[in-house]
Amino acid sequence: MLIKVMLIKTNARLKKLKRAVANVLFYLLLAVIVLYTVFPFYWAIVSSLKSGSALFQVDFWPQDPYWENYVAVFREQPFGRNILNSLLVSISTVLISLSLALAAAYAMGRIQFRGRTLLLFVILGVSMFPQVAVLSGMFELINSLGLYNNLLALSLSYMIFTLPFTVWVLTTFMRELPKELEEAAIVDGATPFTIVTKVFIPLMGPALVTTGLLAFIAAWNEFLFALTFTLSSEMRTVPVAIALISGASSYELPWGNIMAASVIVTVPLIVLVLVFQRRIVSGLTAGAVKG
Amino acid sequence: MEVTKHRHGTRKGAAHTSTRLSRQKVRWAWLFMAPMLLVLAFVAGWPLFKTIAYGFTDASLIAPETARFIGFDNFAFLLQDPYWWTAVWNTVVFAFASVALETVLGLIIALTLNAKFPGRGGLRAAILIPWAIPTVVSAQMWNWMYNDVFGVINHILQFVGLIEQPIAWTASPDTALLSIILVDVWKTTPFMALLLLAGLQMLPTECYESARIDGVHPLKVFFRVTLPLLKPTLMVAIIFRLLDALRVFDLVYVMSGNNHDTMSMSVYARQQLIDFGGLGFGSAASSLIFAIIALFTVVYLTVARVGREH
Repeated sequence: MLIKVMLIKTNARLKKLKRAVANVLFYLLLAVIVLYTVFPFYWAIVSSLKSGSALFQVDFWPQDPYWENYVAVFREQPFGRNILNSLLVSISTVLISLSLALAAAYAMGRIQFRGRTLLLFVILGVSMFPQVAVLSGMFELINSLGLYNNLLALSLSYMIFTLPFTVWVLTTFMRELPKELEEAAIVDGATPFTIVTKVFIPLMGPALVTTGLLAFIAAWNEFLFALTFTLSSEMRTVPVAIALISGASSYELPWGNIMAASVIVTVPLIVLVLVFQRRIVSGLTAGAVKG
Repeated sequence: MEVTKHRHGTRKGAAHTSTRLSRQKVRWAWLFMAPMLLVLAFVAGWPLFKTIAYGFTDASLIAPETARFIGFDNFAFLLQDPYWWTAVWNTVVFAFASVALETVLGLIIALTLNAKFPGRGGLRAAILIPWAIPTVVSAQMWNWMYNDVFGVINHILQFVGLIEQPIAWTASPDTALLSIILVDVWKTTPFMALLLLAGLQMLPTECYESARIDGVHPLKVFFRVTLPLLKPTLMVAIIFRLLDALRVFDLVYVMSGNNHDTMSMSVYARQQLIDFGGLGFGSAASSLIFAIIALFTVVYLTVARVGREH
């Protein structure tokens, strides 16, 4: 009898221990995940705050923060201009693609017509295009429009990846709005144009913010077209400028400057992403899972 | 009698207006789509057509107007170029290795995030950080961490005692491609994890309840219940990522330039096109990349559909 009681007790204790171990392992896993995702950017920040000689020692905490790298980035190349270029290109790309896509998404999400599904799949197909497949044709198009080394060339060419994506996601959002909305408007005698501007745009606000943000990030990060269609350092966008920062020789890259530039252009993006976290996740999954 | 006639009349009238209305609506639909379709035709359709057309000529970038039609010569030459085949091989290895690793890691992170624990929102935000960082920036960040003399990775590995001598991660042909794959895995795992998490949260909870009551081992539940139910989401996420990985350019270009050890198909085509000025030959390479990816997509979708029917 006593033995039986003791056995039951140890069994319960073992179970408790097992659960505690599982808990510890789970939190260890969480710590590893956080370290893995966050450490590289943390390391970039630490490195950007080190002077030339401190860079060559591995310290996991900047001993005394050295801000000179942040000044040098702007002094040694037109980095301010590059940021402005990136902003101009990304914002114009977002505005143009959102307005074109919103009109198209109304048609595809709310109106039944033959060939609608086919059209949606053609558009999805365009978003799968490898960018390099249109590179030479695009190069010629831009040259013939006289837009080589001009920011307009970038806004125009970025339509190839922002437009299909925004149309696709906005169409999914449009479909989810209740049907009675426009029926009421039609009974009141509203034209489709008024329906879009007065009924749908206000309701689509959150969706527009999400898709606009995703399109902005895509345009801000684009590299291949920006590298190929611009020539002078004044016309470069941020990714091209960061990729082409160079020192006296390829063995003497100014890592402090490169890390400072990286931190400058990434911190605003990270803030945006953290603020709009939920919206971004819903936008990404609307584009992929439901599609 | 009067009344019924009257009713009949209005009904007929209503039907008439409704077909007219719907025909009018369809006209509006095309009108609304026209600007978007025109822009897409202009920036996607036309350039793609021109690229394919240039692929059959000997055009040079400096003087494209003197192009002559040369049939399949570019393609014949391309298929004999060992560097092209290296580029194809690198791209295939890169795409499959990184997507495989991302899927496994993404699944682990998604399952973790699907559990309830304090600070879950914070963790979900933290894993978005690599996704938000521009590819060029992550390439440079990792280049610095991979640095053979001063890099933190060699430092840590030496400190732990895993390696004796520092490794030239990005310069040595043995590790260069691996280094690039690991950066891609780091950058895109969050996307995978979030897609899979969304998929997990749509699964019905009843299966889990009954499995838990029956005392089925969690691993068995995962392989017998979760994985089969998650398969559609997995298939979509994998094709998205594979298509992305097969056209990789920026990561490879920033991490090792036009180095043949790691060159991807896109890097090869751009080098021929822009650096060597071979508009015709580069276009041929671009068209072939397009054809390969299109063919791959068709095969994948067919296999996925057949798999779903069985």
